[in-house]
Order: sequence, then C-alpha cells, then structure tokens
Amino acid sequence: MLNAIYIIWLRELKKFIRDRSRLISSIAQPLIWLLLIGTGFGATFGKVGDLQYIQFMFPGILVMTLLFSSMFSAISIIWDREFGFLKEMLVAPIRRTSIAIGKAIGGASRSTIQGIIILVFSPLIGINITIQKFFLIVPLMFFIAFTISGIGIIIAARMESFEGFNLIVNFVIMPMFLLSGAIFPISNLPQWLSMIVSINPLSYGVDIMRWVMTGISERNPALDLMVLSLVCVLTTTISVYLFSKGK
Amino acid sequence: MSIIEIKNLTKKFGDKLAVDDISFEVKEGEIFGFLGPNGAGKTTTISILCTLLQPTNGIAKIAGYDVTKERDDVRNSIGIVFQDPSLDGDLTGEENLRFHGMAYKIPKQIREDRIKYLLDMVDLFDKKDERTKNYSGGMKRRLEIARGLLHHPKVLFLDEPTIGLDPQTRNRIWEHIIELQEKNGITIFLTTHYMEEAENCNRIAIIDHGKIIALDTPENLKKNLKGDLITLKTSDNQKANELIKTCFSINPYIKDDSIFIYAENGENFIPKLFRALRTFEITSVSVRKPTLNDVFIKLTGRAIREETMDGVGRMRERTRGR
Ligand SMILES: Nc1ncnc2c1ncn2[C@@H]1O[C@H](COP(=O)(O)OP(=O)(O)O)[C@@H](O)[C@H]1O
Ligand SMILES: [Mg+2]
Repeated sequence: MLNAIYIIWLRELKKFIRDRSRLISSIAQPLIWLLLIGTGFGATFGKVGDLQYIQFMFPGILVMTLLFSSMFSAISIIWDREFGFLKEMLVAPIRRTSIAIGKAIGGASRSTIQGIIILVFSPLIGINITIQKFFLIVPLMFFIAFTISGIGIIIAARMESFEGFNLIVNFVIMPMFLLSGAIFPISNLPQWLSMIVSINPLSYGVDIMRWVMTGISERNPALDLMVLSLVCVLTTTISVYLFSKGK
Repeated sequence: MSIIEIKNLTKKFGDKLAVDDISFEVKEGEIFGFLGPNGAGKTTTISILCTLLQPTNGIAKIAGYDVTKERDDVRNSIGIVFQDPSLDGDLTGEENLRFHGMAYKIPKQIREDRIKYLLDMVDLFDKKDERTKNYSGGMKRRLEIARGLLHHPKVLFLDEPTIGLDPQTRNRIWEHIIELQEKNGITIFLTTHYMEEAENCNRIAIIDHGKIIALDTPENLKKNLKGDLITLKTSDNQKANELIKTCFSINPYIKDDSIFIYAENGENFIPKLFRALRTFEITSVSVRKPTLNDVFIKLTGRAIREETMDGVGRMRERTRGR
C-alpha cells in the first residue's frame, strides 16, 4: 500500500518538476492577482481592520494557489484516463485506494511547493514570517491542499472526458475562490451570501491561514480547524470510495 | 496443461451482448490468436481476463487463479499491451518501465537489470531518456511490449499489437513475439483482425458477435475448406452458379462479382469447369490456397475486414486511441 502510494506520488512530482511552463504560470498567476487586485482594491478599501488590503489578501491568494494547483492535479486523472495510463495503473497489482491517495498526496505536495514559492514574497508586502510560523504554515498548506485534492478526485471520478472541464473551472473553482473571503471580508455580508460562504470549505482554509499569518481572523480558528478536518475526512473517504467503484 | 480456462463467459453492456457464452482453454506456451472483426468482443474478453471488467456470467481462470476473486494473483501472472496506447508521455521510456517495475515490486537490482535487457531487446536503449510522447507509433508499441514483460508474466496479452504500424515494424514486433515464445516459453494471447497475423498463431479462435464460431490450428481451419479456392468471373454469375451446382453437385457461393468454388484439386478442376461452362463468357479465373479470410467468409458470409490493411481506416483507428 505504502509502496503504491509512494510511486504514484513520485510520478506526480516528476511530472510537476518537468512541466516548467505550468509551474511558471501557476506562480505568475497569483502574483499578478496580488499586484493588480491588491493594488486596485487596496486603493479603494484602504485598510481591512488593522491590515493593509494587500496584507489581508495575501493569505487568500496563497490559498488560491493551493486551490488551483490541487484541483488541476486531481483532475489530471481525466488526462490519465484519456491517454491510457490509468489502465496501466489499474491493471497493476495495486489497490485503487492507493492510487487515489497517492494522487491526493501528490497534488498536495505540488501545491505546497508552489505555496512556499509564493510565501517567499511575503516580506515584500509587510508580512513577517518567522521560522515558527513557517513550520505552521507549511503543514497547514499541505492539509488544505490535500482536502481540496479530495474534492478534485471526486469530480474526476465522475467525469469521462475533458468536456466538463470548463464547467468545473467556472462553476466550482472560481466560486469557491471568490466566496472564500480571500479578496473581501466575510463578516458584513448579506445573509444569503454569508450562508453560501459558510458552506464553502475553502473559507475556513482562508480564515485559518490568515490567522496563522497575521494573527487576525474573522471566525474562531478552532472552528476553522474542526470544519476543515471534518471536510478532509469526508472528501478523502468519498473520493477513495468513488475512485474504487468507478470504471 | 491449460494456463487460461474460460467457461461460459458472458458480458453484457446494458442490453448489448458483447461476449456471448464463450468457453475455451489456452495451453501453456502457445501463441493463441483471437481473430474477429471490429466489435466482435475481443477487447471485452481481454479486459475481463486482465481483471479490468467484471463478467456478467461465467468463470475465467489464469494460471489457476480466478479473475474475479484472486485479482492480485492474476495481475502478477499477466502482462498486457492494450489496444490503445497507455504510456505516460511526460515520462521517458526508462521511467515508464521503472514505474511499472516498482508497481510490481520487483527488487531494485533485478528491476534495473531487466529494464536494460528489455530496452535492448526492443531496440530502444538509445532512446531511453527521451519522453515517450516523442516516440513513433512503433517505438511506443515496442516499449509497451517491453513493459508488459518486465515482471516476467506467465501470459502476455496483446490486444491488436500491430494495429496502425507499417509493415517493417509489424514484422519486427512479430519477430519479438515468436522469439518470446521460443526462448522463454511464455504464453501469448493476442487479438487481431489481420488474417496474415493469425497465420502465425499456433491456434486461433474465430470470434464474431461475441461468439466463438471456430477454434483450431490455422492449418486445420483451412483444411476444412477442402483443397483450393477457385475464383471465377463470368458473363452471368447467377446462371453459371446454378449450372455448376447441378453439374458437380458442389456448393459454390457468389460474393461481390465473383463465384467462389472450393475444389479438391484446383488445377485439374478448371478444365472440367470450363467445359461445363462453355456457353458462358468467362472473363477471369484464378486458383489459390484458401486463407483464413476464406474460412471467415465461409462461416459468416462476409469478409472479416472489407477494407485493406493499409490506408485511411487504419490511421483513423490509431489516432482515435490517442
Ligand atoms: N463500455 C462499453 N459500453 C457499452 N458497450 C461496449 C463497451 N465496450 C464495448 N462495447 C461494445 O461491445 C462490443 C464488443 O466490443 P469490443 O470488445 O471492443 O470489440 P473488439 O475488440 O472485438 O473490436 C461492441 O459492440 C462495443 O460497441
Ligand atoms: Mg478491440
């Protein structure tokens, strides 16, 4: 089991390191967001609580990086299916469970590495990351990314082709990001929107990440952690189940 | 001894019977061919045998292991080259093999030695560090064969191993297949819809609409057709056909614009035929040994593959799989 998870993970990382253009664009994208939205909204919002807008936004952008990266690597199962490599894995004497978990850990690892690269820019916007903080943030990034990977695998297990891909980007990934509290505070929203935000697992990830990085949060960090853990167990279980049952 | 045993195997997709109650055995060490037109149920059967699909009914055993109950034992006993490409294009040839070796838990030293040996065998050692997305169709196929052999399976499944490849590459692949059987005594189960390839098998099963309609050595299958095949074109095929039937009390058949006649000794039969048909204008005549295609036509009334092997159809099939 561990052996199988390890080789699936290893393959993900190899492909990650090899795919330079994707690596570069996946790091450039959050930085562009930070620069454009951060400056633009910052000019209007000024400050959010005690934080400069760009400081408020930075943990959100970090989580956005994890979201996109984890989703895309989980959804690469569809590519594996399309290009036939999934069959090679399915016919090997390894459990489907191991394949799903290996994929999720692989995706989480990729995301975490990208997150660390983004983290390097934190001093530039006035967020001080101490060593202790760093060693809190990294596992937290991994944890959030792993949870999102589970959601991605659930989607991929149901999808037969690329056709639904844009649908997922537009109706799952973008709303999850926009309604996560990453780019605007969630405390003063109208009730209907607030409801939607509170069922968005990513909002708990953003909140706890902001708390760890800046010491400021909109919810109780303990609640964030509890909700995230629950979602993590749930998505992992469902994704493994669906992947094992799928064809 | 039988290494593959199949009893009453059936697979339904909804209402569609893809495999219809087939039973047969494959002996250890033979090259066994599954010959049939597209959609006959070949790939479905292989998918069941290699544990990727659950049968609707029936039992299949490989090396004594049940394909539904003892999956891991079956998986360790088989190697497979799928009909459609199944390499990771972002990994190099060597890395594709290494992934496989690790998945099958081959000890590291043995694994690396075998990778080297197999890359050499399929003439890809020079290309081992290149990503497989840059490989040609034939190189991919050869690498997949090497991969299928890496864990020393007892049975190697090859689903249309040469589809879409040029004649030289196809010959190379066949050399490998025959060498494998002769040197390593491995059992090879392959599917094809190319007659010429089926001739290379020790035994073949002819499958159509999910049913096995004949199973024997290629020689015996052709022997059943009795002698030579005479192809005749005349000014009026229908009437000529009736006349031949009554004169010689045999049963020729018309397909396309020709009459096909099986005769014990073709060369001697033609003069007699011409005498009987003197009132007809005979536009062409030929005699040849029957092929497996003739066997298939005799059994089903149609050719196994109407189009020729090279050409557009083949290209289409291969690209679809990508
Ligand atoms: N997953 C599937 N769902 C529905 N029908 C299928 C599926 N796979 C194969 N079939 C049908 O089963 C029949 C046999 O297909 P297949 O085994 O691929 O034939 P072959 O390999 O001999 O060309 C075909 O009619 C095909 O359309
Ligand atoms: Mg097929």
